Amino acid sequence: MRLISAASLIVALSAAPALADWQATLDAARGQIVYWNAWGGDERTNAFIDWVGEQTAERYGVSVEHVRLSDTAEAVTRVISERAAGQDSGGSVDLVWINGPNFLAMKEQGLLFGPFVDGLPNARFVDLSPGAAAAMDFTVPVDGMESPWRLAKFVFVHDSARVDAPPRSMAGFVDWAAANQGRFTHPDPSNFMGATFLKQALVELAPDRAALLQPATDDSFAEQTAPLWAWYDALRPNMWRGGEALPANQSVQQQLLNDGEVDIAMSFDPASTAAAIAEGLLPETARVFVPEGGTIGNVSFVAIPFNAANAAGAQVVANFLLDPAVQARMQNIEVLGSFSVLDPARLDDAGRAAFAALPSAPALPTLEDLGPTLPEPHASWMTRLTAEWARRYTR
Amino acid sequence: MTATRPDGGLLRAAVLGVVALGLVLPIVAGLWQTARAGAGVMPAIGATAASLEPLRALVALPGFGTALWLTLVTGLTATALSLLLAVATCAALHGRLPARAAGRMLTPYLAAPHAAMAIGLAFLLAPSGWIARALAPLVGWDRPPMIATVNDPAGVALILGLMVKEVPFLLLVILSALSQLPVRQHLAAGRSLGYGRGIVWIKVIMPQVWPLIRLPVMVVLAYSLSVVDMALILGPSNPPTLSVLLLRLFQSPEIGLLLPASAGALVQALLVVAAFGLLWGLERAGRALGRWWVRRGGRGLSAEPGLWAATAVSAVLFAAGALAMLSLLVWSLAWRWPWPAIAPESWSLRAWSSPGGGWAGALGNTLILAAATTAISLTLAIAWLEGEDRARRGRAGWAEALIYLPLLVPQIGFLFGLNVLFLRMGLSGGYLAVIWAQALFVFPYVMIALSDPWRARDPRLDRAAAALGAGPWRRLFTVKLPVLLTPILTAVAIGIAVSVAQYLPTLFMGAGRIATLTTEAVTLSSASDRRVTGVYATLQAALPFAAYAAAFLIPALVWRNRRGLVA
Repeated sequence: MRLISAASLIVALSAAPALADWQATLDAARGQIVYWNAWGGDERTNAFIDWVGEQTAERYGVSVEHVRLSDTAEAVTRVISERAAGQDSGGSVDLVWINGPNFLAMKEQGLLFGPFVDGLPNARFVDLSPGAAAAMDFTVPVDGMESPWRLAKFVFVHDSARVDAPPRSMAGFVDWAAANQGRFTHPDPSNFMGATFLKQALVELAPDRAALLQPATDDSFAEQTAPLWAWYDALRPNMWRGGEALPANQSVQQQLLNDGEVDIAMSFDPASTAAAIAEGLLPETARVFVPEGGTIGNVSFVAIPFNAANAAGAQVVANFLLDPAVQARMQNIEVLGSFSVLDPARLDDAGRAAFAALPSAPALPTLEDLGPTLPEPHASWMTRLTAEWARRYTR
Repeated sequence: MTATRPDGGLLRAAVLGVVALGLVLPIVAGLWQTARAGAGVMPAIGATAASLEPLRALVALPGFGTALWLTLVTGLTATALSLLLAVATCAALHGRLPARAAGRMLTPYLAAPHAAMAIGLAFLLAPSGWIARALAPLVGWDRPPMIATVNDPAGVALILGLMVKEVPFLLLVILSALSQLPVRQHLAAGRSLGYGRGIVWIKVIMPQVWPLIRLPVMVVLAYSLSVVDMALILGPSNPPTLSVLLLRLFQSPEIGLLLPASAGALVQALLVVAAFGLLWGLERAGRALGRWWVRRGGRGLSAEPGLWAATAVSAVLFAAGALAMLSLLVWSLAWRWPWPAIAPESWSLRAWSSPGGGWAGALGNTLILAAATTAISLTLAIAWLEGEDRARRGRAGWAEALIYLPLLVPQIGFLFGLNVLFLRMGLSGGYLAVIWAQALFVFPYVMIALSDPWRARDPRLDRAAAALGAGPWRRLFTVKLPVLLTPILTAVAIGIAVSVAQYLPTLFMGAGRIATLTTEAVTLSSASDRRVTGVYATLQAALPFAAYAAAFLIPALVWRNRRGLVA
């Protein structure tokens, strides 16, 4: 008992200045316009970001301007060129939707503001202990430099009216594609989703999965990826357009699935299929499937560049995104349908009730359907993977 | 008389100053910055030693050679075929179609922005697109055919897309050149000597037209070799054309890649210079060969069917363009439209019904930029032409070249360097930077559109006004400008169309903060919702259409009782 009260006292003591700091942040943020640079290819995400802006404007006097990117790298480049021009404050990017190599690049080059996550009051609902999903970004420690906001897990999508037996493992794709000539493709590996497809295959095919969690070396890369390239060489000739052309990203591929040009699409959002059906963007018969061994998953974050003009406002938005009511709204299939990053064990009753009240849909998988979540390889693997793929398969 | 001299001199000096500082300086400085980075000097990212390393890194990129080859093939083929079709169509139809009707028919194709046209064509041509859907029941396709019709590795779709836009442009340019030549007499003389219609065109008329259209053809050539938005949407992706490859490098999170990207921008500029050299060489060769050929005296009566075949191809291109634009509108009103339905299964206004969610802001930005750039360009153009009037001097060759400069230098060659400069000046990411960058491209078109009508107006009106005692300013505002209302409004419409269509300047200078219909449409073209893309692309095309319609209707209303001024 005494131990508990002592612990709560320490928590209270350490929390007090943090809360005072937070009030200062709120005061500084009032009236700011946060330029949130986020991929703009998904209308529901765009609408959700608009809603977030309306809410933060109403509650905290912080408005959000969504800068729609076709690739997150655009925002990174912008920060880089600002630093190149010596603009160390008043930068044009306040908040970036980011993870993986983009985060690694910005963190390594000291282009990020922070650490700031521990100062966010709503961070208490997130499991940030070392090794937890929200504390690692592609095995790179987050160190409080980016704040989680949505959960991503790799899934495949098929039209159950056209395909009754989708492949059950990554290895199975070779036979499936041979039997269904030209009906499979994947996004270009220069795109995040295309690289993820290769990583998913790598995780399943690599001789030693543990090696993927370490930074890649020339030797380990050659050794671990050898089966992958053999597999890809067998798969590629039977792909859509013989693998010579690839869709630019998963949205384009989803459109190909809707148009009937291919039979399989992929997504990093298990709920996106149900959402797309509701939006009229996929047939009613579209369903999610995953290989039996499970799929890789990761967390999407928001980060603040070192020269952000409105860093206080950006923190207020990052904190708002972690509000249990906001996370429940985000997970609502009728709104966005993106899985929450909060730790259910840390929620209060109101938060739990908000999640319990969420509606369901036929194409929405349950957590059990999705199988185990595999860790992302270290970010260096993705960089090498895309470079090696480009070297091998670009004429 | 003496009183007007210093006034005219002042005006000319002011115009020259604005053009030198506002137009030439940014291009030269931008190129210089890019060249420095391309040679490995960019102190801001710690690169200080000049070397060929960036070029080496560029050449070592996977697919660089193919990208270069693709750029050359698509750019040269699109230009050559467009020119061929435009000339042949002109030869077949000139004199058989009233010039004004032809101009009116071409206007929508000039007004439609490249990006919107590309998005529409992508749907029209795709294996699951409109054409394939129309064929599906006839051929018995239950699944889209496995043919690469869009983003094909050879760039055929990109060439087609460029041709849909460039054939109408070149047609209009040739028509306007023809209006300065006694075509009818030449034709009559040629026919009476027994030459076929097509051969008279090639042997007699084209050699006279060519000097008048050489610059516009160079603009088309430079554009086709460096186009970004159309290549993103219709072109091959692995590898893409050089300009798209460079855009990817410029936007990569690895800052080191800025150096090879800059080197690539120089390669792009050299490519255009080389293409100009090729054009010059062809012209020389054509001159020598042509003389010999003309002297040989072949009557070439068999050319006529070739002309009609080319006209038919042009007609197909025009039809494709019209269907592409129509498909954008239909998509924006669709809800479910799966393969192989030829029309949407269900309709909805949802994509249009939430302007606050996106398109209203983009429309507002587009309008602001179009209004500002067009106003600046028009003022400058009028000041320039008025200066020429007052000096009673024609335009020197270097001045003509100056006007065309921004259209001949590939955008990607100097925009990156210019953005670095703007950043240093604290201008980047604001409206001012985007307006400035867009005006570089709007001004030449406004100037070109206004120059001929300005010179062609009846000089007796000026003299009469001067004789009645009106000073130069009064003559400008009460005589010249009102008389030129129609061409001025046409120039405004062209300015708006050019501003609306700008992609790269808006993207680079706006730091992504200034979203226009064009930047949003290109971004959305790589998303999954054709219905929303349809809204943006429809609006993007509707703005220039509206401007052209206004240019047509306003003079008719204002001058409803002055028949001689409407035309």
